[in-house]
Amino acid sequence: MSSVLVILEIKDRIISRISWEAMAAAHTLAEGRGLPVDIAVVTSPTNPILAKIQGKPPRTIYAVDHKLLHAYTSDGYAEACAQLIAHVKPAYVILPHTYQVRDFAPRLATRLKQVLISDVTGIETHAGASVAPTFIRQLLQGKLNARYSHTGTGVCLLSIQAGAFRADAPEASATTVEPFLPKLEAAQIRIQPGEPFRASAQTVDLGSATILVSVGRGIKEEANLPIVQELATALGAELAASRPICDAGWLPMERQVGSSGQTVAPKVYLAVGISGAIQHLVGMKGSQCIVAINKDENAPIFEVADYGIVGDLFEVVPALTAAVRKVKG
Amino acid sequence: MKIIVAIKQVPERDARIRIDSEGKWIDLQDIEFNLNESDAYALEEALQLKEAHGGEVVVISAGPERVGKTIREALAKGADRGIHIESDDLASYDALGVARLLAAAIEEEPEDPDLILTGLQSDDLGLGQTGVIMAEILGLPHATLILKIEKTETGIKVLRELEDGWFQHLELPTPAVLTIQSGNSKLRYATLMGIKKAKTKEVRRVTVADLIHNDPDVKPADPVVILDQVMLPSKQRTTQMLGGSPSEAAAALVEKLQFEVRAL
Repeated sequence: MSSVLVILEIKDRIISRISWEAMAAAHTLAEGRGLPVDIAVVTSPTNPILAKIQGKPPRTIYAVDHKLLHAYTSDGYAEACAQLIAHVKPAYVILPHTYQVRDFAPRLATRLKQVLISDVTGIETHAGASVAPTFIRQLLQGKLNARYSHTGTGVCLLSIQAGAFRADAPEASATTVEPFLPKLEAAQIRIQPGEPFRASAQTVDLGSATILVSVGRGIKEEANLPIVQELATALGAELAASRPICDAGWLPMERQVGSSGQTVAPKVYLAVGISGAIQHLVGMKGSQCIVAINKDENAPIFEVADYGIVGDLFEVVPALTAAVRKVKG
Repeated sequence: MKIIVAIKQVPERDARIRIDSEGKWIDLQDIEFNLNESDAYALEEALQLKEAHGGEVVVISAGPERVGKTIREALAKGADRGIHIESDDLASYDALGVARLLAAAIEEEPEDPDLILTGLQSDDLGLGQTGVIMAEILGLPHATLILKIEKTETGIKVLRELEDGWFQHLELPTPAVLTIQSGNSKLRYATLMGIKKAKTKEVRRVTVADLIHNDPDVKPADPVVILDQVMLPSKQRTTQMLGGSPSEAAAALVEKLQFEVRAL
């Protein structure tokens, strides 16, 4: 019987939160299609983390184990997952949209003559098993949504965006763990990976700030940064930024919020001149209150904002600094 | 070192978003186009490698006539020559179909490349897959989200960005495909001399029919994944828009932060 197979990712020795979100997405799809859910984790079958499953218990847990998979490589993971899919024969394969999945899943899909539907934010199942499900993903940096469908009879592969689905609470489960031992040879791994490392000690902890003032491309020049710094100081806030500001070297990388930087959820996140590309939103949309100041009323940042001001930041920000100073005396 | 850089022309970042009459893409009338941002970084890395080790940088792009302008811009920045896969109906291909065209045109090159670079994802479709798919089609190793490339005795050593401020070095044999993350280098501008020289540089134009003629496997299969419809995003939160003059909006926001959010 075909199934929905979820390939979960281990990070820092636990199954990552985004993996459980992908699992929740898999259950949505599986219920709509009347299919069972299986999960796979690249780890030893005796790893105790396999006993702690969040959400409804899967039918089978595959522990994909091989010494050539101990260090991640795109070659090793693509081949091992291709063999697993040939063995399990799922109708759908669901993965979390992480950097690692972005690295190997397109290669895996190509090997199966398929195309990964990447960074999915929504799954629509339609009444009747004969109507294929549809998948929502974002285009143009979040300014547009698109509905995609998969055709043909082959396996359909999806990766799920961080935060798009809510991970289910853990449920006691007694699922059997089935070892899956792919056939891999050292010559198939063409890449030699080094140990992951952090570039430098972090001196700023954006995660502990109550208020963040975050600045994006709208600031135009490095010389204009003091106007947002003054606002941050007036609010007692930390200064953060979107990727382009750090890429340009105007602020250090450790102040970057987004998929390649820090994930934050302060009490107030004030986005100044940030359009709200997907990569930025995933890092801050969990904030309690989001304020957006942007010249473009159609900027995607306004889709997640609680308060919005459409206007020229060079006029609005100094006015806001003055107003804050007035109430804070 | 011979380096091929796959680049894409995309609607400019601030382009006005109006859904077209078929509901499958935006109306492109009056829209300006730019070189995709991470592709610009891929081109920059290629040009720096050529400056350090010699060789040739070839840019390749698929799309309609207007893509020629983006290819010329890359030539003006220092690429040696260009390949333009002419196609007016790329939207009917899925990512695998487009990567097949690029791979086929690369395979027609008289001399094999040492490296194929491209940006990590496009600013319009954002699939983030074309480079990796090309690697699989061409049977080459790949690495994604690459910030730095060093030549070694046997191949290359690259710096890969991981999540949450982590990094990793990888060693790969060449030829290899790398997808480049933005931010490692400052992008160069085309000089006047560069723009002048670009006019005389070679741009090889190939049609999809030519590619199929040379390799029948390129013939576009039915797409596996289809874009059915585009829609304007729906709001995830209710936004209170604060209007008026800058000082009125600022005063209104401070009041909200004080009394509704209780953050001041």
